[in-house]
Amino acid sequence: MQLVHVNGTDKGPVMLYALSTCGWCAKTRELLTDLGVAFDYIYVDLVGPEEQKEVIEAVERVNPSLSFPTVVIGEQTIVGFKEKELREAFT
Amino acid sequence: MSGTEPITAEEVDRLVEQIERDAGVGGYHLHPDADFVRGLVRGLAENERRYGYRSCPCRLSMGTKEADLDIICPCDYRDADLVDHGACYCALYVSADVKAGRTTVGSIPERRPPRAEREKARAGVTATPGVVGSLAFPVWRCSVCGYLCARDAPPLECPICRVGRERFARFI
Repeated sequence: MQLVHVNGTDKGPVMLYALSTCGWCAKTRELLTDLGVAFDYIYVDLVGPEEQKEVIEAVERVNPSLSFPTVVIGEQTIVGFKEKELREAFT
Repeated sequence: MSGTEPITAEEVDRLVEQIERDAGVGGYHLHPDADFVRGLVRGLAENERRYGYRSCPCRLSMGTKEADLDIICPCDYRDADLVDHGACYCALYVSADVKAGRTTVGSIPERRPPRAEREKARAGVTATPGVVGSLAFPVWRCSVCGYLCARDAPPLECPICRVGRERFARFI
């Protein structure tokens, strides 16, 4: 499991760090897809141990509690399934 | 990483039934959206197959039971989150009000301390000194529900919330 790209309108770099087993991560992915923005996502629980270390460090830089979902939109980080904030970030 | 066979709908059904039954006995409630519950329970089954224990579907497992002990479902943070937010972190468990549809819940903040703090806290755990000598038995505390018992060793299973004895720590 690696980075997966979802096609949509280009709103700059949008990265979703998610877990394949998590309900809120699934809802976040659905919302981003419904909003029609282009984004990348990665299931951190499914990457191999070598890459996982790197991905974990990347998440901890923007969200020290290493919780999911973590969405990085340019300079902005949104932690958790925050529907209002996510919608506002793309208006 | 995951098992070769996908988790079947029947396996998920059985596990939902078991979790719901245990929740009812202990006075806990599952999220009112059955599909949402099934998704989370599927995640628990997936994690059990991957790691050998039901690690929280909404938290990243470190792959060892020792490191994940506090997030094996039901997690150490469930009861406090039910009180403060009406739901646990993944929202598998909710308050009676949420269950009845009187209030709704969303994604809540993470209560679990960051990795470095957890490691420091684990290293610093010691029994309370002073009173121990005056007690006939040591006192054990369940880290999930707070149940206390005074006996030579913790029970095999918590009689209140049903977690295993590895979730008990010496309290006094």
